[in-house]
Parts: sequence; C-alpha cells; structure tokens
Amino acid sequence: MIQEVKEENVALMKQSERTSKIRVKDLSLFYGDKQALYDVSLTIEEKKVTALIGPSGCGKSTFLRTLNRMNDLIDGVKINGDILIDNEDIYKSNDVIKLRTKVGMVFQKPNLFPMSIYDNVAYGPRAQGIKNKKELNKIVEESLRGAAIWDEVKDRLKSSALGLSGGQQQRVCIARAIAMKPDVILMDEPTSALDPISTLKVEELIAQLKKEYTIVIVTHNMQQAARVSDKTAFFLSGEIVEYDVTNNVFSNPKDQRTEDYVTGRFG
Amino acid sequence: MRKFKDNVLRGLLWFSAFVTVGILLLIVGFIFYKGFRLINLEFIFGDYSPTDGGGIWPMIVTTVYTIVISLVIATPIGILAAVYLQEYAKQGRLVKTIRFATESLTGIPSIIYGLFGAVFFVTTLKLGMSIIAASLTLTIIVLPVVIRTTEESLKTVPQTYREGSLALGTTKLQTLMKVILPSSMPGILSGIILSMGRIVGESAAIFLTAGTVAAMPASIFSSARTLTVHSYLVTQEAGDIELAAAIGIVLIVIILILNFSATFISKKLTKADY
Repeated sequence: MIQEVKEENVALMKQSERTSKIRVKDLSLFYGDKQALYDVSLTIEEKKVTALIGPSGCGKSTFLRTLNRMNDLIDGVKINGDILIDNEDIYKSNDVIKLRTKVGMVFQKPNLFPMSIYDNVAYGPRAQGIKNKKELNKIVEESLRGAAIWDEVKDRLKSSALGLSGGQQQRVCIARAIAMKPDVILMDEPTSALDPISTLKVEELIAQLKKEYTIVIVTHNMQQAARVSDKTAFFLSGEIVEYDVTNNVFSNPKDQRTEDYVTGRFG
Repeated sequence: MRKFKDNVLRGLLWFSAFVTVGILLLIVGFIFYKGFRLINLEFIFGDYSPTDGGGIWPMIVTTVYTIVISLVIATPIGILAAVYLQEYAKQGRLVKTIRFATESLTGIPSIIYGLFGAVFFVTTLKLGMSIIAASLTLTIIVLPVVIRTTEESLKTVPQTYREGSLALGTTKLQTLMKVILPSSMPGILSGIILSMGRIVGESAAIFLTAGTVAAMPASIFSSARTLTVHSYLVTQEAGDIELAAAIGIVLIVIILILNFSATFISKKLTKADY
C-alpha cells in the first residue's frame, strides 16, 4: 500500500518535471534598500495559463518582469534566487536578447510603435535579421491570425497602427509578441485599459493561445483570473500566500487571507 | 463678474497675440517696403559692385557654405551627445554638470565665441580668416542648441516604446535606431531649424573669423563675407538702409526655403505616409 502511494508520488513528480516550464526558487528582489519580493518559489506549467493575483503593490507585476528580465532596465534592482526556464538559469546567462525572444511580453497599455500595422508585427523578426519579404509576409499573416485580428486589419496593413481601437491595438501587440515565436507569453494586466467587449475578445484569445504557449498573466480582476487561468498564485506583500489550481483558490482557499481577498473583503 | 473676468482675460490674450504678430508683420513689411525696389536679377546674381553694393551672389554662396558646413558637423555630434546623455549615461553628477554646461553655453554672447574662434581656429590652427574657421565657430555656437532640443525630444518618447521594443528581444542600439530616433525626429528637426536661424542671423562671430572680403570665395579656406556681415557693413559704412533691407529680403527668403526643405526631408525620412 505504502509502496503504491510512493510510486504514485514519483509518477506525479516526474510528470510535473516534464510539464514544468518555469521554476522559480527562493526569489527575492530589492529596489535599492526596499525589498519587493520575499523568497518566492513557484513552478509554472507548460501550455497552461497561470494567473497572478493580489492587491496593488503586492509584487505580482515585479515578479512577472523578472521572468524576461525587464527589471534590468531599472537602476538599483538586485535579485537573489534562481529562475529556471527549460532548466536554464536565466540570470546566469548573459544573453538577455535570446531570453526575450523566447519569453514575449504584452503590456498593460497597448504600446504599438508609430509605424504601420505590418511594420509593428514584423519589427521583432526584422530585428532578428529576417529580411526576406515572403517570409516576413508569412510571419505577419500567421501572427495576426494567431491573435484573431487578421480579418479586421488585413486590408489596412500598411496604415498606421495607432489608428486602431484600443482593443484592436492590444491584439496587435499580442500578434507582435507571437511573431517572435516565443515559448512563453507574459501579460501584465493586458485588459486593464480595455472596454468589456475588447476584454472578452482578449480573454477568448488567451484560451486559444494556451494550446501553443505557456501564459503567465497578471490581473487585478479576479473574475478574469477565474475565467482564463488553470492555476492561480495569490501574492500579498511580496510573498506567495497560496498557489493552486484556480478552482481551489477561488472556491476552496486554504489560507484565510486568500479567502478574504477572493471574497472581496480587502484589496 | 466671472463673465467680465473671462472677457478681460480673453482680451489680454488676443491683444498679446495681436502685438506679436503685428510686430513681425511690421518688420517684414518695413523691410519689403524699403528694399523691394532694389531687388532684381542683377542685384542677386550679378557680380559684386563696390560702388552701389549690389551683386550679392558671393555673399549668398558664402552664407550657404557656412550653414551647410556648420550643420554637417554640428548635427551628428549634437545628436550623438544628446543620445548619450539621455539614453546611455548613468544619470549622476557628471551628466548634470554637462547639462549645466550646455545650458550655459547657449547664453554666451556670440562675440565671445567669435573672439575664441579668431584666436583658436584662425590663429592657433592656422586656418586664417576663412569660411571654414567661421563654420567651426558657428558649430560651437549651435551645438548646445542641437543637444538641448534633441534631449528634450528624446525625453518625450514614451518609456513604453523602449520597453515594448526591448521586450521583443532587440538590442539597445536597434531600439534607438528603429523606434526612439524616428519618433523624436520632429523635435530634432526643430533643433536643426533653430540652428539654421542662429547661423544665418549671426554676424559678430563671422565678422571676426571669416573676415569681410567681398568676392566669390575660391574655396572654403578663403576669407569671405556673409549676407549679414554685408548688411552690417553697408549700413555702417554707407548708411544705405535700402540696400540693407534688400539684403534682409534675400535672407528671409533663404530661411524660408531652408525651413521648408528641412521639413520636407524629415517627412521623407520618417515616411510620412501615416
């Protein structure tokens, strides 16, 4: 009997080993003297949507930005601990460029460049040295299709991306990210600047995208986390309070603080 | 009462705008009125005649030389310096000092630059009184203008553009060349236009470094006379206001042509089709 349980555990562990994409161990982060993350450990599974929730200033966006080293842009940031993506420590390697082509990002507000829609989507591939027109055309079309916006923009690829609506812009941002063919897509409150209908479209898109990509999404909207994610991590004051299958976090939280937060008692 | 205040304020705003535009129109009108009679093909394209001061083609050529040479040197150096200060340098005491220095440089009277140019470029570097010595002096004069305006326009590029570009796995240089510089192009251009204005309007510094030779310059190493210097000399020596006004008209036209072509070029550069 005991033997059986052990074998089952080993099998589970092996499975999690196989499906885990990102493993974070004892991650602490400091902005100068101020500590923003305290010993965060977390395993993110491949081709699943992982939501990070928590009140403002809890460190969820800071955590997200450690995964593609965007915090490197800020002066005075210090990081301890390990982040392994595909078993490679991303802070040991100095190739930030390679990391960021593998880990794409979508920001809080649409941040398309003042160029045409086509040039925006082709921006990343071009920077990687792809010049062949046919190849670029193919990437742009595939990416826009992948972001479910091809039909809306296919006749105006050469016109300015800034003429699109906010929701359309955000989906082009997603297309721009997937044009790099990343493994992981980080989303930092991607719908916070969008109206409900555009939000719904982006959420539907996330459900589509997880077939191919590992998605980590920061959201302050708990319904959104419940709708789109497979697993949810609850952050509070720079620590992970609870990390579990989304259903459990929302309907059967283990920690009192999680329960207080998801039932809307604070935050 | 509130309505009254509103009306008073509106009146003041309107009055200020009217005064500003009015003065400009008055000056331009005066110059055209005084000088227009002298403008003809012979006056502009003819050889210089010392007796009536007409035939200003050599001065036009000299003026264009100084503009082009100064900008060709000052623009790249100025833009690179601004990019370094704004995008690369660690914001600390050194950068603050450099910024303070460039700001102070814009306030120094041009005669001081002229004296420096006369000592350094003309004498020490043995360039002699020449177009090149004047152009180098003008380069120093406009460099702070280019740096300041470029820095200001780099500051207006949203941080989200930088993040968006870097998050796509581009290098800092690619981000700079593909996103940051193109979107700050209008600001950089206005700096260049401002610089052109300063170069064309400069006379004291040029007087001291290029001299006053009223003849077609054989090369950029010749001494020569720009339009403003010529204008100064004819007023000073002959008291000929009409002639000076005619030169003023030519100067205004040159400035307009340069401004329009600068705008045109920048539109071409930034692909203005959207």
